[in-house]
Amino acid sequence: MTTLWLTILAVALANAAIKASGPVLVGGKELPPRASAVISLLAPALLAALVVTETFGEDGTLVLDEKALGVGVAAVALLLRAPVLVAVFLAAFTAALVRAFG
Amino acid sequence: MLNARFGPMGAAIGPYLKGGPLRRALEGQTVLDASWALASRGGGRFDREFMIGATVPQVVAWLGGTAVGVLGGDFVGDPERLGLDAIFPAFFLVLLMEELRGGRSAITVALIAAVLALLLVPHAPPGVPVIAACAAALLGLRRAS
Repeated sequence: MTTLWLTILAVALANAAIKASGPVLVGGKELPPRASAVISLLAPALLAALVVTETFGEDGTLVLDEKALGVGVAAVALLLRAPVLVAVFLAAFTAALVRAFG
Repeated sequence: MLNARFGPMGAAIGPYLKGGPLRRALEGQTVLDASWALASRGGGRFDREFMIGATVPQVVAWLGGTAVGVLGGDFVGDPERLGLDAIFPAFFLVLLMEELRGGRSAITVALIAAVLALLLVPHAPPGVPVIAACAAALLGLRRAS
């Protein structure tokens, strides 16, 4: 039990240090244009990676399941300019529906 | 490992936080995936107040929700049955679509990042695929030069 809590504490401290490092190192300086060009592309890169790993990744393997179907439906809804909440709801609803009757 | 992604995220938002090193370090703690992405104003700009404002209610709901889940989780049953696991990727997808309006280089970078992450999932520990996919943003070097 103590080992578990020590591990949790260590991970929490490491996490805080990681989160602090970026803002402290970069500081308030204006970044050179090359650096800010890279940084402005970090958001689409991170988000794209989060989408695919959350959708298809499961314990270190790639899976194509009801969740992926739900996310696919949300993508179509967004392309058809559906409101955000509708698209997110459709993702969960589709996954639940296919799991119930599939 | 999973949380190493907060490194590049913090570097991206760094120029928009206020105060000395200690204050920046504290404000950096409010970087969460969803708040960070929502505070992104495109073109690498970030809205500091918006991110902190988005994080505070999330932390309250997160801690409260965890407590409820630990104490009463048995009542809900399997969250997958309700399709709740599809909500996170769908939400990230919403934010990604916003970013992709930034132009062709954003789309190219997103595609490369997605392919990199997919290729790495079976071979790397959790968290590594997302970090490695950030390398796609280096394409910005070519554009700027």
